[in-house]
Amino acid sequence: MIEARRLTKTFRDKQRGEIRATDNLSFRVAPGQIYGLLGANGAGKTTTLRLLATLLKPTSGTATVAGFDIATAPEKDRANVGFLAASTALYGRLTAREMIAYFGRLNGLAEAEIRARTKRLSEEFDMHGFLDRRCDVFSTGMKQKTSIARMLIHDPAVMIFDEPTLGLDVMAARAIVRFVRECKGRGKTVIYSTHVMSEVEKLCDTIGIIHGGRLLAEGTLAELRVRYGEADMEEIFVKAVGGEDRR
Amino acid sequence: MNRHNIITVYVKELKHSLRDRRTLLSMIIIPTFVIPALTYGVGKIATKVIAEAREETPVVMLLPGGDSPGVVAALLRSRTMKIVPASANYRQLISDKKIRAAVKLPAGFEAGLKAGTAESVLILYYEGELKSSLAAGELDRFFRDLRDQTVKARLAEHQLPASLIKPFEVKRENVAPPEKVGGNLIGGLVPYLIIILCFTGAMYPAMDLTAGEKERGTMETLLCSPVARGDLVLGKFLMVLTGSLSAMLLALTSMGIMLFVMGALMTGAGGGRAAGVAVAAAQAHSASATLPSIDPDGILGVMALVLPVAVLFSAILFTVSLFAKSYREAQSYVAPMTFIVILPAAVGLLPGIDLNVRLALVPLLNLSLVCKEMLSGVWHWSYIALIFGSSCVYAGAALALAVKMFNREDVIFRA
Ligand SMILES: Nc1ncnc2c1ncn2[C@@H]1O[C@H](COP(=O)(O)OP(=O)(O)OP(=O)(O)O)[C@@H](O)[C@H]1O
Ligand SMILES: [Mg+2]
Repeated sequence: MIEARRLTKTFRDKQRGEIRATDNLSFRVAPGQIYGLLGANGAGKTTTLRLLATLLKPTSGTATVAGFDIATAPEKDRANVGFLAASTALYGRLTAREMIAYFGRLNGLAEAEIRARTKRLSEEFDMHGFLDRRCDVFSTGMKQKTSIARMLIHDPAVMIFDEPTLGLDVMAARAIVRFVRECKGRGKTVIYSTHVMSEVEKLCDTIGIIHGGRLLAEGTLAELRVRYGEADMEEIFVKAVGGEDRR
Repeated sequence: MNRHNIITVYVKELKHSLRDRRTLLSMIIIPTFVIPALTYGVGKIATKVIAEAREETPVVMLLPGGDSPGVVAALLRSRTMKIVPASANYRQLISDKKIRAAVKLPAGFEAGLKAGTAESVLILYYEGELKSSLAAGELDRFFRDLRDQTVKARLAEHQLPASLIKPFEVKRENVAPPEKVGGNLIGGLVPYLIIILCFTGAMYPAMDLTAGEKERGTMETLLCSPVARGDLVLGKFLMVLTGSLSAMLLALTSMGIMLFVMGALMTGAGGGRAAGVAVAAAQAHSASATLPSIDPDGILGVMALVLPVAVLFSAILFTVSLFAKSYREAQSYVAPMTFIVILPAAVGLLPGIDLNVRLALVPLLNLSLVCKEMLSGVWHWSYIALIFGSSCVYAGAALALAVKMFNREDVIFRA
């Protein structure tokens, strides 16, 4: 379960002054649901997700993630969150097995538990061929599988994905999408950010359109179609953010 | 603070660092092999240069002195100088090192000597140039002898005793134990090396574990784990400290072994305390009797005092590198810091600066000075306590700052 209440984050920038990266965001994501955060570059997606993963502290407002308040129990929050972003990399000089085990230990798992889970994950994602090779020589696909195993090692209830398909080819992107859908099947609470319209169409139970840090529209795909009188997600998005030239 | 988490982070960082060529180089290879080899090489070259200069017979030009045949003949007889005839561009020749010095006899010098009206003899040389100074020294000695003989002859002439102009003699005797001599000779150099090594050993891990992680995108991954930020800092900091201390200890051990072997070779059987620890490689002429040795307790004292300084370096390097977004940016911050470290360490090498309460509070300089004392067997316990205490305070403050900065999102996620 994720519940954001008037979540606001401002950055101070020397040139641009005060930036409201997220502005009074409120939304809920129930277990077994995928919430899609759809927004253009600089819309505030990464900031929102980093707030939920307690990598950043909110300027005002708050959120509870898996029942823990991000402000008062950040460590318990993170213990229940799996976070995957295009920017979360692997340690190049560790092997995939060492990388997964490291995050198992950081999450307080016992060694036997880590071994058992690594075995299960490596079977699930077919990692046997490269489990004991160093991450810096991996192909993008291997890196992706290892990262997913890293995020799953502590079996988190809440999964946060920040543009996980960024820079991936079609097959790799499809694999991610399939995996996210499986998470939903296992009853995880999933929040997924992207700027790719087709992904939200295929994947998300609820879609939140974010622009300039504010949530401009929210609803299921069907609801949004009715509200904006458009079938195509891209048209809906453009209408929601107020036209072509509003950036 | 969770010990399990700190150790987990530390062990992983250690493993990860030992697989990095740059860190390996600065932490292990350079201190173990390159630093001792360099010290040995420099010592060897210095010894050789000085020995060569002493062996060379300096070429000295004699400027017009035709009316003093006796003095000229004596000069030509000298085995310690090679006299060449005058030429007009003698100044240039000295600068060009074609001749080492020149000597100008005043007109009618020899006649003046007899009559008792001699004027001054002029020695021309190039100050600061070793071989030229040695040549000037030879000329000096020659004319001092000549003066002594002249005085003696005059005294004899007037039938006066030789003791008339030398009513008493002055002698010197060294009371410092051999440690003291050794301590002062290399006592300045050892702390200097230790300070530099502690710094360079911490440099690469500090940059790699902070800016390097940000650059490679693993920092964000790490921050997703439930481990408290403070524990992450401490685990990482311990790794940086390991780099610092291992560089220092490896270099000291390696140099100790090298000097022990050399000492054993030079003193024959060697043995005992004399060859115990560290001997200046460059001490060619004083090596004749016993090698100057330094107090082994001093080495232990130095290590104890270096510990808080290593903590200080590690924490500061960690904090500074943390601000950088990339390894390169971190390098551009850290490189100028090297000078800030070298300067006070080098001031400790200067002779004549002694510890006082105010200097005991100046970080690095205090270490450098007290190490010099300890290595020469002098233990000013009140200063040692003051220096250890103040260093610990500085180190604690730096570590607290590192934790604080790591908790600041505008440092970790700098736009
Ligand atoms: N650490 C920071 N300091 C200053 N400004 C920041 C910082 N992080 C983000 N911003 C600004 O906040 C706004 C929202 O950024 P954010 O990264 O959340 O957007 P995004 O939707 O993830 O965009 P993208 O599609 O480019 O990833 C942008 O204007 C960005 O420049
Ligand atoms: Mg983003």
